[in-house]
Amino acid sequence: MISVPAPTPALASAPDARAVDPTDALGVHRAAVRRRALVIVGLLVVLAAVAVASMLLGSNRIGVDRVLDGLTRSGSSTDEAIVWGSRIPRTFIGAAVGAALGIAGLLMQGHTRNPLADPGLFGVSSGAGLAVVIGVYAFGVTSTGATVWFALAGAVVASVVVFSVTIAGSGTASPVPLALAGAAVSALLGALTSFVVLTDQDSLDAYRLWVVGSLAARQLDVLGAVWPFLAAGLVLAVLNVRALDALGLGTDLAKGLGENIVVARLVGLGGITLLAAGATAAAGPIGFVGLTVPHVARALVGTGHRWTLPVSALVGASLVLLADVVGRLVGGFAEVEVGIVLAVIGGPVFVAVARRRSLVSL
Amino acid sequence: MSAAGTGAAGTGAAGTGAAGTGAARSDAGPTAVHAAPGRRGVVVGPVGLAWRPRVFWYTVAALGTAVLLVVLGVAIGSTWIAPVTVVRSLLGLETGPDAFIVENLRLPRVLTGALVGLTLGVAGALTQTFTRNPLGTPDIIGVTSGASVGAVAAIVLGGGTYSVSAIVLGGGIPIAATIGALVAAVAVYGLGWRGGVQSYRLVLVGIGVSATLDAVTSYLLVRAKITAAAAASQWLVGSLSSTSWTTVWPLLVVAAIAVPLALATSAALGIGQLGDEVATGVGLAVQRHRLVVIALAVVLTAAAVAAAGPVGFVAFVVPQIGLRLAGTNRPPLLLAGALGAVLVLAADLLARSAFPWQVPVGIVTTVVGAPYLIWLLVRHRKEMSR
Repeated sequence: MISVPAPTPALASAPDARAVDPTDALGVHRAAVRRRALVIVGLLVVLAAVAVASMLLGSNRIGVDRVLDGLTRSGSSTDEAIVWGSRIPRTFIGAAVGAALGIAGLLMQGHTRNPLADPGLFGVSSGAGLAVVIGVYAFGVTSTGATVWFALAGAVVASVVVFSVTIAGSGTASPVPLALAGAAVSALLGALTSFVVLTDQDSLDAYRLWVVGSLAARQLDVLGAVWPFLAAGLVLAVLNVRALDALGLGTDLAKGLGENIVVARLVGLGGITLLAAGATAAAGPIGFVGLTVPHVARALVGTGHRWTLPVSALVGASLVLLADVVGRLVGGFAEVEVGIVLAVIGGPVFVAVARRRSLVSL
Repeated sequence: MSAAGTGAAGTGAAGTGAAGTGAARSDAGPTAVHAAPGRRGVVVGPVGLAWRPRVFWYTVAALGTAVLLVVLGVAIGSTWIAPVTVVRSLLGLETGPDAFIVENLRLPRVLTGALVGLTLGVAGALTQTFTRNPLGTPDIIGVTSGASVGAVAAIVLGGGTYSVSAIVLGGGIPIAATIGALVAAVAVYGLGWRGGVQSYRLVLVGIGVSATLDAVTSYLLVRAKITAAAAASQWLVGSLSSTSWTTVWPLLVVAAIAVPLALATSAALGIGQLGDEVATGVGLAVQRHRLVVIALAVVLTAAAVAAAGPVGFVAFVVPQIGLRLAGTNRPPLLLAGALGAVLVLAADLLARSAFPWQVPVGIVTTVVGAPYLIWLLVRHRKEMSR
């Protein structure tokens, strides 16, 4: 799909033989690295383009010049409010949320070795949801800047509970019990949320708007609240790369390769929790990104996590931003929330991909 | 952890009882060679079953508990009716106000609860076995999402009074939910078909379709008037508060047809777990078997969801509980169904009597079912660790 513009002399000498000639393994490897690097460059270009679109397009239809005026604070106060109060926050929050969810999904699928695994399984979304509802019901908190703290706390507490149950149950944080414990805790928290929501209409109103996942009406203080979580999660994810590749071979082989399984699992789970909790607190539970992006990444650059990690981040960020822009445009006066757009676009794409090819398995 | 060593002494008489009128072979003769050593086989016509005393006795116990809970569920309410009176009314020996309450008010609700639990339990056992994944509930075939879109659309677009019962009694929601469930399931199966259906691809397609449908539901909820959103939210939790005989009959018919059919596929399900190549090699028509299993799970789930909404957690937790109780390598179907009935009945009893106001049964099934699964996970640390 992406051509190699300037082949090295070694490759140029025998371009057709390299696929079959086993002696040219180094050349094949180099070509693969080059191809993957080009994929990343291409994705960076895509992300930049989508970010520009996110700055320029919206339900307030203002031209490029007015956006630039607003950006430099040299235009009218309306332009400034649109750019700094709406476009910039949601562009940055969208990119951060998308990247975090993409990486979290990749880690999750790598650890569970289950293509169905989604960060929501750890109880993050349901914990955050319950905390948001409690915030409204018990404390009357409705602004997004204050809700984010409730969501963060709920997400972290829920995933700590899930891990505790799993570790108490199996001695290690192994995948199958983890998924079961996560589903059980999620269901429990969801039921408690329903219990509150069905007795209080204000809570229901706040909850239904939060639970679809949206980037609207968020200021940069939301990012200020979640960025330490996202950054720490990213560090843990990067530290986890080597172990994930080893775990992909199976627990026994990974042990044989010298990985400390327990440490690897804890680092990975910590990373997933921080990334998913930060993202969910910032934008509400956005489905589909954590689930689909890793599949796209593996289709683009293979299964090695050194490559799929940055690719997942870039694809996730571009995807969320793109969906947000689409939602602003198709909705007209009342924009469609990014979570809904993602599911409506992502669902059919996911189905088409699942039909067309055997997804690179884990 | 299979029951290989458990079926030795003292099971012969019970084995004959289980087979009923069929030919039970209590001694390991030439026909019993397929059974594991030390385990007796039961052969009824063309169907052969390994005799698993643990499965059998737990199933009997669960069914007994379900019957007990039916009686209790009818007895307990705003006025207490003595269980003797309840049983007499059920047998048609009683007339008067108590019999009226039993027959027209409480029995439909309790029976709906029992049947919803039964159908969801069997459907969950089918899909978890077929996908070989404990998370493989009937939801992944899109049934629940489709039904939710149908029902929520009916509620939101069809007026939106706060009480669900007014709309349900009009018949609109169950029909809308059934249509939604069946359309979604057919779409998932059709899109998953590519010279045959593999469970892995089907699950992925199901996730995609469900996500899209759930987004439609969310969109309807966000855009709806708050009263309609409240009514829809109550339906989405799963509730038995608006049941009547008109909800019982369709469910009963579906259960009476689909549950025996599901039990008949049990042996094939075991073979299907071995993987496509082996299953085909042993003579199983894999694609036809798969279609039958999916169709049964879809019909059972659709009937349950249409009657009571998506009652949370039953199809997920009950097969897992059954699996652990029975010590088998896949959830026993009838045990899962019986446990489902027990769970829903007990939850409804609790929902009606333990709170100052009526709590939807789905909240209670989840709040009861989830901790039990967590407890099982904590207790079975050796079994679960890999």
